[in-house]
Amino acid sequence: MAELASPALILLAAALLIALTRGHLRTAVIFVAPLATLWAIWQVPDGVADTVRFLDYMIEPVEGSALRRLFATIFAIMAFTGGLFAFRQARWYELSAAFAYAAGAVGVCFAGDLITLFLFWELMALFSTVIVWCGGTPAARRAGIRYAILHLLGGVILKVGIEGVVVHTGSIDIQPMLATNFDTWMILIGILINAAAPPLSAWLADAYPESSPTGSVFLSAFTTKTAVIALILLFPGEPVLIGVGLYMVMYGIIYALLENDARRILAYSIVNQVGFMVCAVGIGTHMALNGAAAHAFAHIIYKALLFMSAGVVVYRTGKNKCTDLGGLFRTMPLTTICGIIGALSISSFPLTSGFTTKALISQAAVDQQLVTVYFLLTAASAGVFLHAGIKFPWFVFFQKDSGLRPKDAPWNMAAAMVFFSVLCIVIGVFPEAFYRFLPYPVDYQAYTAGKVLFYLQLLLFSGLAFFVMLPWLKRTPTISLDVDWIYRRLLPTIAAWIRDAVADPLGRVGRRITYMFEAALSRIYRHHGPEGVLARTWPTGSMVMWVAILLACYLVLYYV
Amino acid sequence: MNQPTHDDHWLVQPENIRRIWRVFYIVLAATVLAQLVIKVKGYFGIDGWFGFAAGYGFLCCAAMVLVAKGLGVFLKRPDNYYDG
Repeated sequence: MAELASPALILLAAALLIALTRGHLRTAVIFVAPLATLWAIWQVPDGVADTVRFLDYMIEPVEGSALRRLFATIFAIMAFTGGLFAFRQARWYELSAAFAYAAGAVGVCFAGDLITLFLFWELMALFSTVIVWCGGTPAARRAGIRYAILHLLGGVILKVGIEGVVVHTGSIDIQPMLATNFDTWMILIGILINAAAPPLSAWLADAYPESSPTGSVFLSAFTTKTAVIALILLFPGEPVLIGVGLYMVMYGIIYALLENDARRILAYSIVNQVGFMVCAVGIGTHMALNGAAAHAFAHIIYKALLFMSAGVVVYRTGKNKCTDLGGLFRTMPLTTICGIIGALSISSFPLTSGFTTKALISQAAVDQQLVTVYFLLTAASAGVFLHAGIKFPWFVFFQKDSGLRPKDAPWNMAAAMVFFSVLCIVIGVFPEAFYRFLPYPVDYQAYTAGKVLFYLQLLLFSGLAFFVMLPWLKRTPTISLDVDWIYRRLLPTIAAWIRDAVADPLGRVGRRITYMFEAALSRIYRHHGPEGVLARTWPTGSMVMWVAILLACYLVLYYV
Repeated sequence: MNQPTHDDHWLVQPENIRRIWRVFYIVLAATVLAQLVIKVKGYFGIDGWFGFAAGYGFLCCAAMVLVAKGLGVFLKRPDNYYDG
């Protein structure tokens, strides 16, 4: 029976315990549960551990592989470090929701069948919505509702696909497929909605920045990367994903360049980074899938680190917007340094984790002779340095002096940031040690003088472009329209228009009917009312005259 | 005279900013000139050219900023746009 217990259940139990305990006991749960999960993850053997029969389906709650363990490992590390970052500042229900959310992510990693995958998928949707709501503001409440609607929609689409596959093939196994028919397309679309792929990318930048300073750290890690492992398991080598990924890469850069909210810049850059992974899954070779997995691993660390540094700034200053921030490096040196390490990592600067993981994806494009993909990814690497590598730290920590002199991070937040900063550098400096954990054997030399020089040129001249064009990048207190405009503005406007168009004519018709009814009533009243012609007392003389006339008429007719 | 004080950090003083720019230019030049001694392996020919990555990085970023600026004309709205 123990083989059926997913490591996710430990985190799920912890989520419950966080709600039930207090004080030091709760803190102990927050720290011990992710470590216990980590231990359990590495006990999962390759292959399906056991099956259980449910409604004629063979459910496989736990299936192990190097890939699944790798993703589950980073999710557990994230739960631990996120717990460290948040446990003194976040409310208990946010922490509880975050652990349930992490449990969903770990559960998806080990799901051996589509039904188990779907259950954990929905668990994530449920509790990530709670985390958005924990932002506590009216804006967070509204963003949470939009987030929930989109993710439930994504879940329904995924479910339709799964039902279709089960009905048509009779198998609920998780196995590689291609989007060739309605069922598989539905599954792909359902997963891609969670990956923030176009056209529904806007939910991410809409919801994440509305959460609390601690909530956005958790949100940045799980949903999109679970979509990446689902894509690796179900759609490796699906050609559509190359185009989708490249679009996401460029979309993230352009929108991040336009953005003023510090955490929204980072949210757009999640879409950008997940784009690299989706593109890699589309390429689909062992090198590419290694790249997608490695980049997801590294990405969770540096993206959480960036969200932590932004979270500390929001926590200390209460301000989100670049136009209100600036000059914070004076009093927040540690947060600034950790933010810069995260920024360098996301930009794949040599000696940071991004350099050693993103290079695998580029190499995969080279191996497959995908010239356009290679050059677009290289351009995107330059663009990442532009929008996240320099823009984020520059506008938040340097730029102008905003006059703000906040204290640096509280000790637990500082410890979490330092831990992730060290991991970013360790993966960057010792890539071979990290490559050993990837799903396929790696034969790749990350550091050659030529490669380092190429990337230094690329990135440093991108930096030059940033500062040369700084006047063009001046922040304005604006937002940018996205596809969410359709459901936030267009559809409500149409609905209001239809409501008016339908409701008012009805009113007019109603008024007309009432008028006609009243007119008929008054006519009847005029003839039959107390003063009406037919109700009057007629004089006797007029009656005699009428009788005489009728008699005369009768006599005339008789003689004619 | 120019003692760094709490409000006047050494990093924001004009002469230091000029100094940082000078160092930055030297580093930029060094990364390009280093290609004289270090061979950059071009996978598709053009990417092995002298200073290719430098020019490509600069031009791509310039293009992205311009595209963003252009799209911003159509896409940007006041940040209380959805509040009303």
